[in-house]
Amino acid sequence: MKRSIAPVFWLPFGAGGMLAALIGPALVLLTGLAAPTGIGLTNNFMSFARAMAFAQHPLGKLILFGVILLFIWHGAERIYLTLRDMHAGARFLLMWICYGTAGVLSLITMGALASIGF
Amino acid sequence: MSRSRPYIRPVEKLWWARPPYLAYTLREATGVAVLGYALVLLAGVVSLANGERAYNVWLDFLKSPWSLSLHVLFLIGMIAHTWTWFRILPKTMPRLVIGRRVLPQIRVTAAGVAVAAASFIFIVLVAVWTQP
Amino acid sequence: MPSDRAAGAAAREIVIEVLRYRSETDLKPLPQAFRVPFTDDMSVLQALQYIKDYLDGSLSFRWSCRMAICGSCGMMIDAQPKLACMTFVRDYYPGPLTVEPLAHFPIERDLVVTVGGFVKKIESIYPYLIPKTQRSLDEGEYLQTPLQLARYETFSDCINCMLCYAACPQFGENPDFIGPGAMALLQRYNGDSRDGAQAMRMGLVHTDNGAWSCTAVGNCSEVCPKQVDPANAVNQNKTKSALDFFLRFLGRPLYLEHTASDGDKP
Repeated sequence: MKRSIAPVFWLPFGAGGMLAALIGPALVLLTGLAAPTGIGLTNNFMSFARAMAFAQHPLGKLILFGVILLFIWHGAERIYLTLRDMHAGARFLLMWICYGTAGVLSLITMGALASIGF
Repeated sequence: MSRSRPYIRPVEKLWWARPPYLAYTLREATGVAVLGYALVLLAGVVSLANGERAYNVWLDFLKSPWSLSLHVLFLIGMIAHTWTWFRILPKTMPRLVIGRRVLPQIRVTAAGVAVAAASFIFIVLVAVWTQP
Repeated sequence: MPSDRAAGAAAREIVIEVLRYRSETDLKPLPQAFRVPFTDDMSVLQALQYIKDYLDGSLSFRWSCRMAICGSCGMMIDAQPKLACMTFVRDYYPGPLTVEPLAHFPIERDLVVTVGGFVKKIESIYPYLIPKTQRSLDEGEYLQTPLQLARYETFSDCINCMLCYAACPQFGENPDFIGPGAMALLQRYNGDSRDGAQAMRMGLVHTDNGAWSCTAVGNCSEVCPKQVDPANAVNQNKTKSALDFFLRFLGRPLYLEHTASDGDKP
């Protein structure tokens, strides 16, 4: 009997979902609201120097890589299934659009992180 | 005896927009917040790779009312994601047996939410303590 | 009885709109309204029986036990999948109350749906215990502790009423989806410590029409009259199937829920 390839997308969806559930709210609050407004955090919490130091550190790079990629693949799977529910297009087409976009975004992320160096 | 001619009713195309499925669709929509926030981070990483001036453009964007409103929506979406995630999590696990009793699924949800809350507090504290 | 006194005083009436379909005369289903007197203790099933006995003898519907254990009388009552024998007319007063055949199934006649597809699915999952090792009569029974029973017991409560199939939008979209009821029965056997055929049943789970048609809507468990929790049966098998997809090359498959010694303990 022919196996489904769904597990390939379901496991990253699950990992991304768990990560987002545990750290998502905190990250959004800190990087999106506290740091930019200076309320709760100092204004240069995400300054260029600090951001570079973080992104150049192996652990920092790994965190950025993990968070961005897992969040992207989690979102891609959910959006794919929802678009399928909504009859937005042929299944084959929707898969290529959703997972293809996620793939391209993943490559961009990896490229940017690599070019930041160590 | 009459010949059978079963009637196949067409599936309602908008089932996902009506109760009881609307709640499910909204739950899935929290994935948009997760993806959306990842795109903001991605933009930040790309701008970081392009030097200080590009990165400061991204920082200025974060300060804009558009971005702040967007992140309020992201925050609502993330919290909704966390809650609905731990509501569905016990369905993906076999029934846990503690001692001689089957563990009610709501306990798994409660444990997950508790861990998420602790994690939230922990990360916020770490950020506050390590700020310049 | 109090309800009899109330009935004697002034019997209340409700309009029930039933979707009719007779293939020999009708091109498509159409609703027909009936005015039904009811008492507070009457179920929708009894209301249908009143219609058949006094108003229109041609009305066709399945029923048997009238106590929510045979699973025959599943139908859409005000667009919700319910057992007619445990749904009460008083809760829908003043009405009108709509009664339609179970959603997502072809209509055979009036409220009778075609169940052959569902029966085939049940049959396809090897719905019987296949022991890991055969025991001779001298060795005694296949023993099981209450703890081992607890792991699969809810899945054995299924009465095959198919309300979960009516509730599942993914089954509505894809009639080849094995569906919540069949998956609950599958998990009833895979989760049984006396059984050794997990690998055979998992073959069905791994397919696109197995666990992977499910998107965890969860409505199946909401409508189940026996709290079987079929959503749990399907989704825990997603986890098993996904782990197996990547880890099947590493020796003992992860979906084997019991060791060889489980259930063989004296």
